[in-house]
Amino acid sequence: MDHFPTNWGRPRNEAVDLYNTYPLHLRPDNGTYGRPKDSFEEGVQRTRQPIVTGTSVLAIKFKDGVIVAADNLASYGSLARFKDIQRLHAVGTHTVIGAGGDMSDFQHIQHDLDSLIISEFSEGDGHALGPAEIYEYLSQVMYARRSKMNPLWNSILVGGWKDGKSFLGYVDLIGTTYSASTLATGYGAYIAQPLLRKAVEGRENELTEEEAVKIVEESLKVLFYRDARSLNKYQIAIVNEKGVSISDSRIAPTEWSFAEGIRGYGAQTQ
Amino acid sequence: MTSIGTGYDLSASTYSPDGRIFQIEYAAKAVENSGTAIGLRVKDGVVFAVEKLVHSKLLVPSSNRRIQTIDRHIGLATSGLLADGRHIGNRAREEAENYRETYRTPTPVQALADRIGLYVQAYTLYSSVRPFGISAIFGGIDKEGPQLYVVEPSGIFYGYHGAAVGKGRQLAKTELEKLDLPSLTVQEAVFEAARIIHLVHDDSKDKEFELELSWVGKETGGLHLPVPHELWVEADKRGREALDEDMVD
Repeated sequence: MDHFPTNWGRPRNEAVDLYNTYPLHLRPDNGTYGRPKDSFEEGVQRTRQPIVTGTSVLAIKFKDGVIVAADNLASYGSLARFKDIQRLHAVGTHTVIGAGGDMSDFQHIQHDLDSLIISEFSEGDGHALGPAEIYEYLSQVMYARRSKMNPLWNSILVGGWKDGKSFLGYVDLIGTTYSASTLATGYGAYIAQPLLRKAVEGRENELTEEEAVKIVEESLKVLFYRDARSLNKYQIAIVNEKGVSISDSRIAPTEWSFAEGIRGYGAQTQ
Repeated sequence: MTSIGTGYDLSASTYSPDGRIFQIEYAAKAVENSGTAIGLRVKDGVVFAVEKLVHSKLLVPSSNRRIQTIDRHIGLATSGLLADGRHIGNRAREEAENYRETYRTPTPVQALADRIGLYVQAYTLYSSVRPFGISAIFGGIDKEGPQLYVVEPSGIFYGYHGAAVGKGRQLAKTELEKLDLPSLTVQEAVFEAARIIHLVHDDSKDKEFELELSWVGKETGGLHLPVPHELWVEADKRGREALDEDMVD
């Protein structure tokens, strides 16, 4: 019995669940009523793969801010299903997140973080969550979900700028976290990360915004040529002293005339 | 009071023979003893002002606030028992979040007032609880534009252009009626609100008070925020001056 009247009559909620009654099929019974520990065990299925997916996210630090970029594609398997999806999301006024992996899980995360920001805002105490706090919260959520064998199928970059300090962090579906001055998820971790490191490492405090944008755009273009789940339409988010700004979609000009000369695959007859 | 000694005022779950529930009326009395709170719904937003009575010099300035934020775009000013106001605020935040979870859209102020009305009304039904000693002014900007609602201890709620609850509500209401609220801007309404609070404050009965001001409007980007300090200082000053001019007349 819950003796706190404030808790009566509330809807089930995964986040606040004093007696672990949620979800129903996971309620332990310990054989008290002679039924198996989980009556619905056979009926329970778990996520085995993401469905509608986003590909790489790139992020680097520069002199007075951070930059996070992702293309606008959400794929359905190998089908380029949605070509106008925003994979960057501002969280409060100092932070932006970008996600690859399952897009519906990402939408869930966006909603979750928005609720967090609103509950902090309504405190009205003059404090605002910075990127470090949001990253910590998010990584705890990701790890908790994987520990329930029910991961949020994403790899996420968190970028931010608060009190004159930049922040960049990575977290993924199993709760792995790390920080660096250049980060890339998905295919970008193989293709773009070496390029970003070469361009950025050791120059974090020299690069201007324009140079940083150029580096990221160049890496996105390389990814577009190499990654079959990518698009040459992308957005760039910049976080600096002024706050978060997410650009409109941009289209990278690309060159494909060389393709005709390539031999060894496809429908050529000779 | 005719109700006293009759035995019909001991529980909120018992009617008097003439169909009244005295516990609800007593709850309204608790509101009448508290510092005034007003809300102005104007052309481009909503302004709240509260006369927060300071009963001790030892209290930290600007503590025990009576204006709360419920959602990004919704504010709440209460009059009555401070603790009950906090509880209503907490419940309102939960309801706002629940609305967002369900419909994935910012909570309309009317929907919030409706839910809080139901909640407050439930506390007029049972002998095990007492009604809330609170009149709550909910205000904000939603997709219908600026909105202002007052929830009474009985659970009833009405929409208003201008609302006043607490000690000085009568005088405050007459002052609000003189204003052309739908054509004011929030910037102007802040000064009017401060003036009214200074006007209704009774120096002879209550000594000290703190003026609380908050607003939702274009200036705040649709957020419910306290008015900036400089504006507060100016509004407070002009409120005092208007009072002195009245005295001279």
